[in-house]
Amino acid sequence: MALLEVSNLGIAFGGLQAVDKVDLTIEKGGLYGLIGPNGAGKTTVFNMLTGVYRPTEGDIILDGVNITGKSPASINKAGIARTFQNIRLFSDLTVLDNVKVGLHNQVRYSTVTSILHLPAYFEKEREMRGRAMALLKIFGLEEEAKQMASNLPYGKQRKLEIARALATNPKLLLLDEPAAGMNPSETEELMETVRFVREKFGTAILLIEHDMSFVMGLCEYITVLNYGRILAQGDPETVRNDPKVIAAYLGGE
Amino acid sequence: MEFLSYLVNGLSLGSVYAIIALGYTMVYGIAKMLNFAHGDVIMVGGYIVFVFMNQLGVSAIASVAAAMVVCTVLGVAIERVAYLPLRGAPSLAVLITAIGVSYFLQNMALLIWGSTPMSFSSIVSMEPLQLAGGRLVITGEALVTIGVSVVIMAALTLFINRTRLGRAMLAVSEDKGAAQLMGINVNATISLTFAIGSALAAVAGALLCSSYPILQPTTGAMPGIKAFVAAVFGGIGSVPGAMVGGVLLGIIEILSKAYISTQLADAIVFAVLIVVLLVKPTGLLGKKINEKV
Amino acid sequence: MKSLSRTTRKNLVTYAIVVVAFAVLQTMVLTGTISNSLRGQLIPICAYVIMAVSLNLTVGILGELSLGHAGFMSLGAFAGALFTKCMETAIPVTWLRFLLALAIGAAVAGMAGVLIGIPVLRLRGDYLAIVTLAFGEIIKNLLNAVYLGRDSRGFHFSMKDTIALGLEEDGEVLIKGAQGITGTSKDATFVWGFLLVMFTLFVVLNLVHSRTGRAIMSIRDNRIAAESVGINVTKYKMIAFALSAALAGMAGVLYAHNISPLTASKFDYNTSILILVFVVLGGIGSIRGSIIAAALLTVLPEMLRGFDDYRMLVYAIVLIAMMIFNQSPKLVAWRERTFGRRAKGAKVRKGGA
Repeated sequence: MALLEVSNLGIAFGGLQAVDKVDLTIEKGGLYGLIGPNGAGKTTVFNMLTGVYRPTEGDIILDGVNITGKSPASINKAGIARTFQNIRLFSDLTVLDNVKVGLHNQVRYSTVTSILHLPAYFEKEREMRGRAMALLKIFGLEEEAKQMASNLPYGKQRKLEIARALATNPKLLLLDEPAAGMNPSETEELMETVRFVREKFGTAILLIEHDMSFVMGLCEYITVLNYGRILAQGDPETVRNDPKVIAAYLGGE
Repeated sequence: MEFLSYLVNGLSLGSVYAIIALGYTMVYGIAKMLNFAHGDVIMVGGYIVFVFMNQLGVSAIASVAAAMVVCTVLGVAIERVAYLPLRGAPSLAVLITAIGVSYFLQNMALLIWGSTPMSFSSIVSMEPLQLAGGRLVITGEALVTIGVSVVIMAALTLFINRTRLGRAMLAVSEDKGAAQLMGINVNATISLTFAIGSALAAVAGALLCSSYPILQPTTGAMPGIKAFVAAVFGGIGSVPGAMVGGVLLGIIEILSKAYISTQLADAIVFAVLIVVLLVKPTGLLGKKINEKV
Repeated sequence: MKSLSRTTRKNLVTYAIVVVAFAVLQTMVLTGTISNSLRGQLIPICAYVIMAVSLNLTVGILGELSLGHAGFMSLGAFAGALFTKCMETAIPVTWLRFLLALAIGAAVAGMAGVLIGIPVLRLRGDYLAIVTLAFGEIIKNLLNAVYLGRDSRGFHFSMKDTIALGLEEDGEVLIKGAQGITGTSKDATFVWGFLLVMFTLFVVLNLVHSRTGRAIMSIRDNRIAAESVGINVTKYKMIAFALSAALAGMAGVLYAHNISPLTASKFDYNTSILILVFVVLGGIGSIRGSIIAAALLTVLPEMLRGFDDYRMLVYAIVLIAMMIFNQSPKLVAWRERTFGRRAKGAKVRKGGA
């Protein structure tokens, strides 16, 4: 059984059909790309998969469970984590605390324990810290652990957002333009990190990206959206040579 | 008959709330800030009318005009000194600054005029209107208040929709950046909004004190809060919303006082606000705001 | 482990400030070197410090503006005072009775926090602020209209007047409408006040450095991101709001057992604003700042007696100036250019109203 099965997904804002009849299958541990011209509805698909928007049509099945229309928090608990196109960090928390918030449902203790600092507090905080530092290390952020998240340079903010998403122990990770604003060497490094994450955690990854060399070099399967509908689907080679895709990108019809 | 007379009183009080609420809502629409000091501008307007009319013996109309001038200058000065430096700052910072301005105005008034309430003599010298053989009496104050507010609302609606300046205000409230690119002077437009709102507050002060003739430094606080509630009630940022909200609030308040309890009237007013916001989180005529993800 | 020790150190300094202040004042009380006016202020200072710290939990930690915090204080005050009046003979042990009064006051205010929180926390920003203001005023108006009496037949309640209670000869009026509760046993002491301030600090500081506290702050910083990592936003907003209300209720009980008569009009919108001013001047999100601001600004008027007319005016100007100085985008940018790093101090969170 596939990890994620999306069928006939659609959403309309007012009269505008932003996404229509999108089908998507994601296997465990796979690397998937979602591309398309600006305004094609890529982020809207992400927002539906993560519960930010409630789809007007279609079903989203994660690991056999229908998660369509559930709240973002419960979808995250079910196993989907994401990053955002416009970075959304907890800017007045430290880098370490950002990841600790990501571990919220992984290392649990009660509010009473929180307030009274009962013995369990110290034990669980130690565990949380260990796990958070291990994640920061993967992304080369352990030096900055005590800094405020908002003080990080742009590229590191993107990495921190991925680390935070991974902390929730997702089965599927959605990355919305992870390489945006990065220089070529940073992009190269990010590709390595994404591969590493997939190997180490076995997480399936679906990413939106405009950098074609990034997508083509990394993803095993690519879906192209245009005007909210699927234009083409297949491996990078097929998609690259699809005349419809070329036409959509070059603006010809 | 009794009910009708309460209704007229409610309409009159509601008209004052509506005029004040217009100031709140216009400023919110344009500067995206809650101008908490607006209620205190009403109080200043009341005192200025009082000084001119009762102490200097100037005619009612001229006194109100003087109050409008003073309040306009005051409103623009407040905007320039306290709010302009905070443009682009978090809205909590602006709100607290506005609370500071409110304190400032109240305590200035306290220093100048003292805390002893002054009895305000009405700006209206009209005889009460006797209807239905004297069973329904409508005071001159009520008539003038309702009349003035109708005129103000009509004029304001025309101004906003039909003049260049008015349309500039609409443009700024939609999108500051885009308005600037279209060649609109955003700062001047915001100042103009404060000027209009403050002039209206002066009128509201004169009308309010004519119907409820006790003037003290805190006179503006409660009506200010209620008008603010009215603006939120109608959908803050919406001019027709402020009018509807103000009138409804006044009627609810007077009817609650008459039929339920004088002491609980304010509680009822606030409870109605809460219910409205729960059903329509952006007020009766407010626009729905979507956060972009 | 260095970061842990650093925050621990910071917290210890905060506790130490309170302990030292208490020690100095208590020594002055015991040696009789304290002025009468300051002596009379000791318990109110403690109550306002607790109010400021608890409001900071809502404004600074949760990032929502509340303009009705005094309402929770009054609920706690009335509940606690009523309990004490009813139990004066039944529980003669003062400390036990007062402890129970505190628990009841906190519980009543906390429950009100939950009830009010359900509708309020669905709203955002300015709308949330205005509704908290509305609730504060509603609580004040309702308490102003309550008459409660007791006689041999039990309790009698009315929203009209004392006569409507229909009390018998032996009856006693407990709550007398706008005149409130009179003659509550003055069980509150400065030592109690100090202990309660320490307790409040313990609760809030521990919370901030915990799983629950981080969840609350993550909502403040970015609600959508918090949801995306599985934080139940409603739950944590509610915890913060109710806890803040319960602590305010506790402050109310302390306040009520030092004053007679206790009237609802003491806890109006202006009191809520005053506490907000403490929080803002002390630095939003800074617990230590709240304590210092609340204590100083409660004492200040007493120290500036001759200066009283100008006191509030000075307040107002300082408030405006501080806001502009700390928050003006141009000034902030200038400071960053000049001093090269993010300016510290009273930073207002983006999440707030």
